[in-house]
Amino acid sequence: MRKNEKIPLVTLAVFFLIFAVNLNAAEEKKGEPSYGDAIVTASSSDARTLIPISASDSASSDICGMIFNGLVKYDKNVEIVGDLAEKWDIEDEGKTIIFHLRRDVRWHDSAPFTARDVEFTYKKLIDPNVKTPYSGDFERIKDFIILDDHTVKISYKEPFAPALSSWGMWIMPEHIFRKEDLNKTRFSRSPVGTGPYRFKSWRTGEGIELVSNHYYFEGRPYIDRYIYRIIPDDATTFLELRTQGVDMSLLTPLQFVRQTNDDFFKRRYNKFRYPSFGFTYMGYNLSDPKFQDAGVRQAINYAVNKGEIIDTVFFGLAKPTTGPFMLDSWAYNKDVRGVSYDPSEAKRLLKEAGWADADGDGCVEKDGKIFEFTVLVNQGNAERIRCAELIQKYLKDVGIRMNIRVIEWSSMINEFINKRRFEAVLMGWFLSRDPDCYDIWHSSKTREGEFNFIGYKNDRVDKLLEEGRRTFDPTKRAAIYHKIHKLIYEDQPYLFLYSQDTLPIVNSRFRGVEASPIGIGYNFIKWYVPKSEQRYK
Amino acid sequence: MLKYIIKRMFGLIPTLIGITLISFFVIHLAPGKPTDIQTSLNPKVSYEARLRLEKLYGLNKPVHVQYLEWIERFIKLDFGRSYLDDRKVFEKIAERIPITLLINFSAIILTLAIGIPLGVISAVKRRTLTDKFTTIFVFIGFSAPEFWIALLLMNLFCIILGWLPVSGITSLDFENLNTLAKILDIAKHLILPVAISAFGGLAIISRYMRAEMIGIIGQDYIRTARAKGLKENTVIYKHALKNALLPIITMLGLSVPGLIGGSVIFESIFAIPGMGRLFFESVMARDYPVIMGVLSIGALLTLLGNFLADLAYSYADPRIRLFAGRQE
Repeated sequence: MRKNEKIPLVTLAVFFLIFAVNLNAAEEKKGEPSYGDAIVTASSSDARTLIPISASDSASSDICGMIFNGLVKYDKNVEIVGDLAEKWDIEDEGKTIIFHLRRDVRWHDSAPFTARDVEFTYKKLIDPNVKTPYSGDFERIKDFIILDDHTVKISYKEPFAPALSSWGMWIMPEHIFRKEDLNKTRFSRSPVGTGPYRFKSWRTGEGIELVSNHYYFEGRPYIDRYIYRIIPDDATTFLELRTQGVDMSLLTPLQFVRQTNDDFFKRRYNKFRYPSFGFTYMGYNLSDPKFQDAGVRQAINYAVNKGEIIDTVFFGLAKPTTGPFMLDSWAYNKDVRGVSYDPSEAKRLLKEAGWADADGDGCVEKDGKIFEFTVLVNQGNAERIRCAELIQKYLKDVGIRMNIRVIEWSSMINEFINKRRFEAVLMGWFLSRDPDCYDIWHSSKTREGEFNFIGYKNDRVDKLLEEGRRTFDPTKRAAIYHKIHKLIYEDQPYLFLYSQDTLPIVNSRFRGVEASPIGIGYNFIKWYVPKSEQRYK
Repeated sequence: MLKYIIKRMFGLIPTLIGITLISFFVIHLAPGKPTDIQTSLNPKVSYEARLRLEKLYGLNKPVHVQYLEWIERFIKLDFGRSYLDDRKVFEKIAERIPITLLINFSAIILTLAIGIPLGVISAVKRRTLTDKFTTIFVFIGFSAPEFWIALLLMNLFCIILGWLPVSGITSLDFENLNTLAKILDIAKHLILPVAISAFGGLAIISRYMRAEMIGIIGQDYIRTARAKGLKENTVIYKHALKNALLPIITMLGLSVPGLIGGSVIFESIFAIPGMGRLFFESVMARDYPVIMGVLSIGALLTLLGNFLADLAYSYADPRIRLFAGRQE
């Protein structure tokens, strides 16, 4: 009887549900995304400065990316397209770039954007009194000429292929900064840009708020407010996701796999996954006699089970890499197949190199000395430390004793890496979109503080690196980097390990979010929340 | 008395300079430079660009020259500018002080309001179940890691019950609220941080109180008071408590620098932009001017706090006043 009594209620509820769903569907069918609402995202650290050419930490870059534009940008397939520049011509065998700027762009204070702003930004980049870490690419410019208000001609001393992408540098407003000292100006905390969002407020250590630019040249963004909250602790960010105090954040592999699978998260959030722009490796100090023998380095490559590292440390949310380029990018050579895990082959190679376990103590020796080395890992990266522990075990299996030393980042760089006081190091590179990796691999880049700290030297790679940054033709350039990739993998100066996936989570009320090779943020201005689901005014 | 105060004040100066000297050299002993985060292992930053930055920050000068430059500015009360964002150190510290003070001050009041009675009760009811229970309770607060308690309580109050916001100090719609709602909003955000921070401090205050009270209850004048036929409450709360409170003055004096110091762990968990995080972030980034600014303000307050405690003590306790008088 009781059961029967309940039926009408349930039916009613179901009916309502269907009705509601239909309503929503109808609204959706109308197809018009609506304006309004706010998105709250969390970052573990605060921005430092919103002077775009000084912004070097991730928080400052996140915010600058919303407020400023470069002349060019990368589209969702990681191809260079125009941003403030409508189009460009490359002349003189790559020594000259002529940018034709958009004419419909205004600064947030409604002053028009012109070629003078570009020139001003360039001048500040090369001004020795301005604190910018990005002067390198711009020092190569021989001549900067304004042809008219919307055309600039930039000549380089020699052809430099990464030049085009270097103009993704955010352009600063000349009329605002003209009379300011860039190192001390108040505009470092109240920027004026050309981008989709305007600066509204910044409460130090708490958060930054931006509002949409209704006159943005690519159209008004649908989401009205962008709130960037500073939450230093991961655990807190996760609790904020649970209470929907934060709409968008990055997850750790553990959170992605285990902690966000309940009904609440399935209903309220969408998770995304795409490869990151970095890779992790173990680099050998090539001036160390143990590692000078390529056979030894090959052996270690066979001995380490990268698949297992990825499965256990990252729950499968990473991919093995074989070279110094972005996975899936045009520079990455897919024909370079990584060797598969084979400890017996590793032992054979070690033996060939003269390392054998003569006394049966489980460690290989050569000339009476056992194979033992220390790998440095930076503090605070739990995944990397766990990865080191696994490598330790794999190497023990083939008779190599590896010690792990965890050191604070700054000390590690200054005292050990820069001074070459290391045997091996477990680190990662965060790559720029352009594949030019001259600074990391060229044999000239081995001064203290430069990036070829392992002391890699291969004349063919040197030549190819020089050629790669002079070549503009995409097919030819790709072929060069494919060769570099292959040569470096054969040399094994690094043990290439993995490239971690980026794992963002976004509240499901936001529509239009799509993962692409470059991530989810590329079409942010097209994201919207249907009127009925908006949470904030 | 005035002469004594002035004399003591001047006595603080060498100590203060000594503290800054040691601090300055110790922080420079740590490897690394302020420009590291901007430049180290960023393939987009060239070698020349890095040298240029180091020169602009004056990092290529010897340490003792850097110290002399610092002390020269310090005498003029100028802490310089942060290496991270070129803002005035003073400004950076000043913006962190209100929230830090608010939390620490509320926490101290709450600690005293709960800790003193707890101490008295466990002294009076010494060796009973109440005493043992209080002891266990305050020691849990003292020894359990703050971040762990914080996470448990956040889970309970913010997620399971949904009564309180998880983190931060204001809501997103804060600006649209009226004054009363604004105060309530901040209060709601601060309940957990203040309560947890007070919980951690209970043990010290209440144990001090307990020990003092036990000592005093055994004294002759308390027996006399009881013999006179005074009510037990009067004996305890009027005669005994007054004297037992004396050491609390010292503790309050010592907590003056703590008022503007914050805890990193705590501020990180609750996403509160306080002094603890400022200091921690500056240390990690080797932002020497800010580190020195925070350290010297801390040193100054510690010295002043001690000094104030001495003064207050001699005011509250005639025996000490006599001693100080003789010294003159």
